[in-house]
Amino acid sequence: MKVLVPIKQVIDANVRPRVKADGTGVDLANVKLSINPFCEIAVEEAIRLKEKGKASEIVVVSIGPAKAQEIIRSAYALGADRGLFVETEERVEPLAVAKVLQAIIAAEQPGLVILGKQAIDDDSNQTGQMLAGLLGWPQATFASKLEVDGDRATVTREVDGGLETLALTLPAIVTTDLRLNNPRYPTLPNIMKAKKKAIDVKKPEDFGIDITPRLKVLKVSEPPARKPGIKVASAEELVKDLKAAGVL
Amino acid sequence: MNVKGNVMMAETKLKPKDMPDLSRFDWEDAFRLDGQLTEEERMLRDAARAYAQEKLQPRVIAAYRDEITDPAIFREMGGMGLLGVTVPEEYGGVGASYVSYGLVAREIERVDSGYRSMMSVQSSLVMYPIYAYGSEDHRRKYLPKLASGEWIGCFGLTEPDAGSDPAGMKTVAKKTATGYVLNGSKTWISNAPIADVFIVWAKSEAHDGKIRGFVLDKGLKGLSAPKIGGKLSLRASITGEIVLQDVVVGEEALLPGVEGLKGPFGCLNRARYGIAWGVLGAAEFCFQAARQYGLDRKQFGKPLAGTQIYQLKLANMLTELSLGLQASLRVGRLLDEANAAPEMISIVKRNNCGKALEIARLARDMHGGNGIHEEFQVIRHMVNLETVNTYEGTHDVHALILGRAITGIQAFC
Repeated sequence: MKVLVPIKQVIDANVRPRVKADGTGVDLANVKLSINPFCEIAVEEAIRLKEKGKASEIVVVSIGPAKAQEIIRSAYALGADRGLFVETEERVEPLAVAKVLQAIIAAEQPGLVILGKQAIDDDSNQTGQMLAGLLGWPQATFASKLEVDGDRATVTREVDGGLETLALTLPAIVTTDLRLNNPRYPTLPNIMKAKKKAIDVKKPEDFGIDITPRLKVLKVSEPPARKPGIKVASAEELVKDLKAAGVL
Repeated sequence: MNVKGNVMMAETKLKPKDMPDLSRFDWEDAFRLDGQLTEEERMLRDAARAYAQEKLQPRVIAAYRDEITDPAIFREMGGMGLLGVTVPEEYGGVGASYVSYGLVAREIERVDSGYRSMMSVQSSLVMYPIYAYGSEDHRRKYLPKLASGEWIGCFGLTEPDAGSDPAGMKTVAKKTATGYVLNGSKTWISNAPIADVFIVWAKSEAHDGKIRGFVLDKGLKGLSAPKIGGKLSLRASITGEIVLQDVVVGEEALLPGVEGLKGPFGCLNRARYGIAWGVLGAAEFCFQAARQYGLDRKQFGKPLAGTQIYQLKLANMLTELSLGLQASLRVGRLLDEANAAPEMISIVKRNNCGKALEIARLARDMHGGNGIHEEFQVIRHMVNLETVNTYEGTHDVHALILGRAITGIQAFC
């Protein structure tokens, strides 16, 4: 079974993002970029399926600016077999990504698609769901456990107040949650080998898909600074303050 | 004319480099080292860092306290590809650049100088001479197993009476009909008590008393490597002697490719270069720990980091770290272009070790009483760096190497 893993490059999770002075977006100059942590978990899960003999080939796909090709190489160093990169300088929205992925899936015919539940830059949490909708495939989001047996997948997902277990018929879409696995890191020789592997580079036009954003970003701003709280000496004082604040 | 000139100026669009607003500063990467590395170098560094933080960091405090060197670390490092980073892939190495090797050393030494020593010895002092001076048979026999960590190597140059003056060594190789007999003793040899492979330098009578290198296998009659106990520094890295008592070896034990002090120095230059990067990893740890401690620790109603003396110390630390990293990168690039001179390595080895030691001492001091406790780790780095400042050419001997280059007069004796 072929497993397709769409991945995205984002600001590294350890970097504190800064808003550009003109409020048009987040400043990406000289900022460390990495594979989105949930995508990394998706790659790891695909590798584990291959190690267990459940997957035969892992194809990674990414969409983004030229520099984002790096994450395909990172995925190669971890064990992905083949990579497809769709290059665009345009800001991509979940629906556009889902449409591009739909076209790629039509050509690749994977038995399973594993995505991160969301990217930590825009936190959309939409691509997997939209892709399942476009394809008419079953979906299991926020997976904390995945088991594949023949043309069936059993997915445990984290929901409010507990765990839910779903049985899916493949092909299907699975999105990963934080606790699905603990991703490995690559060895140095595998990083060197990854460098020599080819990446298939395409443009959105090659799929005949218009990825022009449907949304317009008006303004990006820092979250307002949180004001420190105060300590009150007595319940009477608390009530008085709450009344003064107009909440009582 | 003047008025016209002013109008002209106002209309000329400023180039980005002339804009009044400069770029933003990142104290964690002051001179944007990241941007000076290739994608491959960054990936190799990040992988080494992930390994070091995940696998080495959790065991170092106990390993240092209890003076335990776990040979399994060599197998782990081998599995990660950390042994023989610059050795070509066909011999089991990674085939990466000297800059990559330096970046790896920095990540390992961020955890402990002892772990970095174990790796440097194996890579630069054992694998490098076998690769550079050995026969094809030597390469095939030793390099893959040293790269995987299945075999552990050590390097015997220093003797009880020959430290900074290696030409004064007493170890000798006498020619026999089928090979050599070696006699002598070596001391302060990292990895020796657990080594499978010994690179030993000796004066060979058959070669006009010139220094020659030999590769010896563990278990040879008359070859022993007792541990040196009582070491209060680099306690996570085992050190021993090498005792050679009528050790009989065949002709194939001789490294054919080099003679004279050039042999050991070829290895040491590379190891010293790695040390120059490594110590900055240890120093960066100390700097970052001191910064965090100063932000968290409040005295007299405010954080220590909010005082001028504390900030002055942090500023000095960051300055030295940034200059040291930039210099190391430059020397690494020159090594990769086959255009580096040993004196350049003396500059960075000497400077970075001395500065790292100073930074560690400051960090220890800035941690106050807590600074002496193993949990805060700065005192371990500080004590380790005393060794690193001394081994592979002391701070003062590197000054003499530079002094000789500057004046043309050698002042060693």
